[in-house]
Amino acid sequence: MPRTETSASGAEAPAVELVGLSKTFGSVRANDAVSFRVERGSIHGVIGENGAGKSTAMKMLYGIYTPDAGKILVEGKVRRWRSPQDAIAAGIGMVHQHFMLAGPHSALDNILLGAETSRRAWSWLPPPLRPIDRSAARAKLQALAERYSLPVDWDTPVERLPVGIQQRIEILKLLYRDARILILDEPTAVLTPQETQDLFANLRRLRGEGKTVLIITHKLKEVMAVTDRVTVFRGGKVTGGVETEATSPQELADLMVGRAVHLQVKVPPQPEPGQAALRLRDLKLTGREGGVERLKGVSLEVRSGEVVGIAGVEGNGQSELLESILRPAELLSGRVEVLGQDVTDLPTAEIKAMGVGWVPEDRHRDGLLLNRPVRENFLLGLQSSAAFSRSGLVQWGEVDAAVKRALEEYDVRPRDPDVNAGGLSGGNQQKLIIAREFERKPRLLVAAQPTRGVDVGAIEFIHDRILKARTEGAGVLLVSSELDEVLALSDRILVLYEGRIVAEFTRAQADEKRIGAAMGGSA
Amino acid sequence: MFEELWAILASTIRVTTPLLFAALGGLYSERSGVVNIALEGKMLVGAFAAAAVALATHSPWLGAAAGAGAGALAGVAYALFVIRWRADQIVAGTAINFLAIGLPPFLCKVLYDSTGGTPSLALSDRFTFEPVALVALALLLTWFWMRRSRSGLWVQFAGEHPQALDAAGVGVNRTRWMAVLMGGVLAGVGGATLSISLSSSFTREMSAGRGFMALAALILGKWRPLPTAAACVLFGLADAMQIRLQGVKLGGGAPIPTQFIQILPYVVTILVLAGVVGQSRAPKALGLSFRKA
Repeated sequence: MPRTETSASGAEAPAVELVGLSKTFGSVRANDAVSFRVERGSIHGVIGENGAGKSTAMKMLYGIYTPDAGKILVEGKVRRWRSPQDAIAAGIGMVHQHFMLAGPHSALDNILLGAETSRRAWSWLPPPLRPIDRSAARAKLQALAERYSLPVDWDTPVERLPVGIQQRIEILKLLYRDARILILDEPTAVLTPQETQDLFANLRRLRGEGKTVLIITHKLKEVMAVTDRVTVFRGGKVTGGVETEATSPQELADLMVGRAVHLQVKVPPQPEPGQAALRLRDLKLTGREGGVERLKGVSLEVRSGEVVGIAGVEGNGQSELLESILRPAELLSGRVEVLGQDVTDLPTAEIKAMGVGWVPEDRHRDGLLLNRPVRENFLLGLQSSAAFSRSGLVQWGEVDAAVKRALEEYDVRPRDPDVNAGGLSGGNQQKLIIAREFERKPRLLVAAQPTRGVDVGAIEFIHDRILKARTEGAGVLLVSSELDEVLALSDRILVLYEGRIVAEFTRAQADEKRIGAAMGGSA
Repeated sequence: MFEELWAILASTIRVTTPLLFAALGGLYSERSGVVNIALEGKMLVGAFAAAAVALATHSPWLGAAAGAGAGALAGVAYALFVIRWRADQIVAGTAINFLAIGLPPFLCKVLYDSTGGTPSLALSDRFTFEPVALVALALLLTWFWMRRSRSGLWVQFAGEHPQALDAAGVGVNRTRWMAVLMGGVLAGVGGATLSISLSSSFTREMSAGRGFMALAALILGKWRPLPTAAACVLFGLADAMQIRLQGVKLGGGAPIPTQFIQILPYVVTILVLAGVVGQSRAPKALGLSFRKA
């Protein structure tokens, strides 16, 4: 049992109060005297860059981590958790960023897991062997679903349900356990704009029923749209707590980064588009597991001097599209042309050597050797280029000079070529990749999720670089699940849905609502 | 004609029994996320222990219990390695299989001064129809347990999404331990069926790949009890045909070499698996050890 002691405040105590929470991992002070309170029946935003400490604080509140110092008060009572089970028993629930749902099982089973009840008639059996009373669970859930307007098909395997519904199931899981305080970790990362609106409507309804909601996010627009109050984290500390009504995205961004940030991307005038830098003709590809077609005939063209953005919810063929540009040999059918040349039968290295800059969507898997130094990572893929190689030997002196210059120019910190790439923050890793890929002076730049997991400050820098490549006449293909990013950078936007391009917009026509609808399949 | 069919049917049921025990044992373990390549070894130790105890006590029931215990013991050894110490499941399972090939003949040498196997059991010390009834009961209980019981659901989540089970407050590794032990018990009884029902003694490597065939039946049956049982019957039928066909002469009068006939069940296994394997979806976390976040 969690130990409990009652503090002074009575029934109207805040839902959650954190007092001086600290947590250290090794030499990193992840949370340093974090204090803030969350009012009952409110929607509370918790924002901050990666590594700012917001997740650490929430994990302490939910019992995953134990604080080194400080107090957690829930509804006025000081609490100490030994595991999330204690927090759940006290009415706290968490929807993780990666859903905790088993695909082949029904929504019903996913929800009642761990909280199964049985009929009295079976009480002679040892508890684990007792049959589950699913009809009782169904009745309770049906009542909850009606009360909060969260309809779900209880019997369909959850893998066949859309992501928005899966998230609804996660929320129902918490309500089923009588959670009064709901923590949602980056809840909109996987949703279409329409699903996001639905989620917000549901959260407001939960608030109306007296529930308290905490949202961990980095999307300022959504914070502004749905929260009542916001707590901002930076460097393990709380740097601000503001009423949403009394703040602006600009102020929040400045609090997050600790300096003035340009939220609006300044887009320079577009150069006159030239020749096609990339031309894809009717690409078809089946998934790795065989069977389903992941690309069902994708054709597109990226001209030099333009940014073409691919919008779409993840998993609609983006990864396969990217894959097929560098590895066209794996295509079922179709044709890939780079800078006017058919590369369909060329190996990856030759395609890249034509002047293709590549920012992979998963930088840890495809972009870097995490346990090798920055110097070698910078050289990766350039090892046989004339600049760094003579008679088959790497010219380390020249590499070092280039690395020093690049770290400076691209503001990669620390400026140390000997540190392992895995030791850099996400933003600096990404800047290192960009530095390397720009070293080729790319005439075609493919940037996939270029700012994923990257701080606001670095986002600004990366966006500027992408636009600079365009000004210098490169064709840019941008693939991003962040619709705002696609909207800000792209001269043309294509929407990918279930392996097809279902809509196209120019910058002038681009409209978030219509693109959102196309992303959800209703173009 | 009818007599012939009856004979094949009876024979099919008899040879399916050990296979189905082992496949059910594999089902518990694999649904919980633990690969059970060691079914073969667990059958072997079960077969030896059952024969030895039935010989000493003149009770097939005590023999079967000893088989179950030996299988469970092998399960404990396996679980220690793959759950507690997170060893690779294929490697650890193979090690158990090798151990189970060598250990019983060694014990036979010590106990009976024979490396071939155990001495023969008297007819009265052997099972006749009992294993068939037992396996039918085990099948029905397993089916009901998986569909309806709390631990049935836990085991499925342990193999499909262990993090979700953990987040729901149920110990994943504890669930897997129970499933692996249950798997050992059933595989051990399957082995006992070989030595005290289908034959009258333990002989070296008498499981003859049935543990692997049971795994194949599990894949063919998509890790579900009733389809797995149907797959076992299919393999059992091939085995029964193989026994019936030995000595059958071709049109010209020359008998088909027995070696060709004896491979029939294995050929059926390979053909069926080749056709099915891509479509059958294993539990997602099968073979992955679990560590709390």
